[in-house]
This record gives sequence, structure tokens and C-alpha cells, in this order.
Amino acid sequence: MTKLSRRTFVAGAGAALAAPFALPHLASAAGNPKVVVIGGGFGGTSLARYLRRNNPDVAVTLIERDQTFTTCPFSNGVIGGLWQMEQITFGYDGVKAAGVEVVHDTASAIDADKKTVTLKGGDVLSYDYLVVSPGIQFVWDSIEGYSPEAAEIMPHAWQAGPQTALLRKQIEAMDDGGLVIIGVPKTPFRCPPGPFERASLIANYLHQNKPKSKVMILDSNESFAKQPLFEEAWQKLYPGMVEWVPGSQSGVVMGVDTAAMTVSTNFDDFNPAVANIIPAQRAGQIAIDAGLDEGKGFCPIDPVTFQSTVHPDIYVLGDATIAGAMPKSGFSANNQAKVCGAAILAAIAGKQVAPSKLINVCYSFATPEYAFEIVDVFEVKDGSLALGFDDNRTTPLNASDDVHKREAEYAHSWYENITAEMFG
Amino acid sequence: MQVLLRLAVVLAAIGAAPALAAEADGHSLSQACTSCHGVDGRSAGAIPALAGRPKDELVSLMLAFREEGSQATIMNRVVRGYSDDELTALADYFSSVSSK
Repeated sequence: MTKLSRRTFVAGAGAALAAPFALPHLASAAGNPKVVVIGGGFGGTSLARYLRRNNPDVAVTLIERDQTFTTCPFSNGVIGGLWQMEQITFGYDGVKAAGVEVVHDTASAIDADKKTVTLKGGDVLSYDYLVVSPGIQFVWDSIEGYSPEAAEIMPHAWQAGPQTALLRKQIEAMDDGGLVIIGVPKTPFRCPPGPFERASLIANYLHQNKPKSKVMILDSNESFAKQPLFEEAWQKLYPGMVEWVPGSQSGVVMGVDTAAMTVSTNFDDFNPAVANIIPAQRAGQIAIDAGLDEGKGFCPIDPVTFQSTVHPDIYVLGDATIAGAMPKSGFSANNQAKVCGAAILAAIAGKQVAPSKLINVCYSFATPEYAFEIVDVFEVKDGSLALGFDDNRTTPLNASDDVHKREAEYAHSWYENITAEMFG
Repeated sequence: MQVLLRLAVVLAAIGAAPALAAEADGHSLSQACTSCHGVDGRSAGAIPALAGRPKDELVSLMLAFREEGSQATIMNRVVRGYSDDELTALADYFSSVSSK
């Protein structure tokens, strides 16, 4: 495809209409540039909306399996009873109204040479630019006895939706005095502070409703995100209720027995009332099948453009990527999507994009009115996304209740704004 | 009009040849801000809106966040990731956006 100016696209659109039976790649070259996006989560939806907001001449097709999207951010609030599933579930009407073609299907194969995506339903879509944002899949055999069937008894609730509702139901149904176990895999995994926010909001519920109960976090790692802030909150808000067990002690979940409700670690067997088992993760299957992970489980990318280092015509976003110091989060994926969108628009115009800066903010709730956050600014240094500063990244310790209340208000405002950017 | 303005900014940005001392690009940098502050800085809730506020006001607010003892919750930490030129470009961009 030759370098086209915007004027050429506009003229080309008419030409494509006049010659509807031209070969697909010719129609594409003569008409509007076509971007196909796999995955309607934080990365894919943000990317689709960015492109339509900044260049309405680009044709964008979003492939998403589900009719609605339930966000992982704020899903711990559903598990803790702070708010309802409906408040964190979004349809794609706003995305369609923005001029994005939304196809509810599953991408089953990518042909990087022919520049096509084959859908499970049988359709084959051609593209000029492909964005792959499939999120995570679980490595089920990372825990003996764990499987999709086992997750119906010991939910992971690490892809929001029915699993979130199931875990909430189990927490509500358990007797006072029961043990809740949260099993945390080795890093890297989606939303590093997520298991600890979940422990907090379950403890917040139990503290009020079933005060003899306990939450035990079996963590495969030796430390965790925002650890001092979480430990401060646990001590202050529900003392003695949350116990964290690092991997070197008895924190590595090795196996489960759903019939006996047993969770086995490297040293002990536990019999919890509720077991929330989060298995190890890797990039969504379509990224693996296309070889975009180079066998690493997650996909290496160019930190300026988010082009795959394997196939430069394919861009990869979000949890599926290896993005330097950026954590796997919806916020990261949303920021990456806008940087990637600018790179695609530049490529369409035959230009190069200059490196920009990205942000990730992660709010965690400990009660409805007590939250804290970590914020990072990322810039490209030595070919990787690196921290812009590495001190004072979080809400300070010993902050006042008023500060924690404001953080909670900001968390709600953030959620409202970022979901409006995607689905509004 | 708004769309045209934004498009003009984008086209100007992507039309600029990469130079060694590239000028800070307010529109490009602003994309990291809007995840919290809303599309084009039009925030819905407790997080302050940025769209259409006077450039001087935005610049002096962001510089004040850098001062020791600043009472902000988060922005006092965020601003450390940006140079004066970048903060000025951001203020310039958000001041140019309609608040409606």
C-alpha cells in the first residue's frame, strides 16, 4: 500500500463504492484503511474508539465473543457486596454508535501473510492493520486437580462475569467462622494488587456479617503490590482477619481436591469454606496460535508503537503483552491502546510516531470509603517501557481518613470516565 | 468543529518530522490523562475536568503540585513524570478544548 494522504482516503472511499466487486486487497488499497481488532476489553475497545475519534475515515471492525463486557476493575466490589454486577457490565451500543463495526464471534486464526482473520462462524475478514487484544487465558494444569469444571466449585473469578457472581454467592452462603482461601499465582498475572483488594473487601463483608471468619491469602510470591498500604488497612479496619502466607512459607498452591474441598500447598493441606483459586496465566489463545508470544506465554512488542516484534503488521495490547514495567491492568491496556492508535494513524499517513508517555493508576478499596492507589508514569528508555520515577509511587502510609475517602471518590470518578471513554 | 480541531491537532502532530528536539505534543500526551479526567478532559465525577480551563490556571496548578507540602492526593506524584515543556503543552491542549 502506498503512502496515502487523508485526501486520498476520502477520494478512495467513493472509488470503493463504485467498484464493490474489486479484489479485497485492491478495494482496501483504494478505499478506507481497514483496522481489525480482536478482543472487546479495555485494550481493544479503547483502541477502536480512539481511531474513530481521531480519524473517522478509518474503518474499524471489533471482534468480540460476548454481547456484554464485565470489567475486572470494580469486580472485587461485587464480591464484597459493595455494588452489583449490572453496574460493572457494559454493552456495545455506544461502540457501534461511534461507527465501529462490532462482530460478535471468536477469532480462530490469523494469516499474517494474507492479512486475514478467520472467525469461528466461518467468515474471513481482511485487514490493513490488525490489533490483537485477547487478554489472558488460564494455565489450568499449573495446579493439580484444577480445571474449568473445578472452577465451578473453587472459582478463580479472574475473568469477571459468572465467576464473579459465583464467588459472591459462596461468600454470602458460608457459615460464620469459616475460612476463605485466595490462591495467588506467581507473577506475572493480571492485576497484581487485585487478590489483595479482594481479600480486603471479603474481610470487610465478613467483619460486618460473619466476624469469626478468616481470609487467608496463599501467595506464590514473596511480596505484593502496595503491601504496606494493604497491611496498614487490614490492621486498622479488620485486625486479625486477613493472613498473608508468602511462597517460602506455605503460600504456593500445588493442588486442589474439589470433592474434599482441600487446597494443598508446598507444606500444608487446608479445608476452606470458600476457595478462590487464581491459576497461572498466559496470553489469549489466538495470540499463542499466531506465534506472537514466541513461546514466552506473553507477547513482546515495540514499546513506541505496540507492534508485535514477530509480525510488524500486527499490534498487540494489554494483558497479552510483555510491556516492560507496565503491569497487566485495564488502565494500562487503555493507555497502550491510545499510543497504539496514534501509531496506526501515523502509519496510515506514512509517518513515524514519536514516543509518548503512558500512565497506570491502580485504585484499591478496603471499605466503600477507604481506598488508596499506586500511580506510575512510563516512558521509553533503552527500548523498554520504564518507570518515569521510582519513589513515592503510592498513597502515603498514615494518611488521614479524609485522604482515603477522597481516593475512594476518585476511584469511582476514574471508573466512570474510563468506561465512558470505551463504552459511552 | 471539535472533531475538526482535534483532527487538525492529530494531523499536525503526525505530519511533524521527528526531530532531535521534538516539541512536546499536548494532544498525544493528553491521552494518558483522559483515562482519569475523561475524554478530552471532560470529567464526570470527583476528578476535576480540564477541558476549556485557562492555560495559565492549568500551568500554575500543575507547577504548584510540585511544591513540597502540596496537599494533593495523587497529582503531586504524577507531575514528577513530566517536564515543564510537557506540562505547558498539556495545559495548552486542554485549554483549547471546548468544555461542552
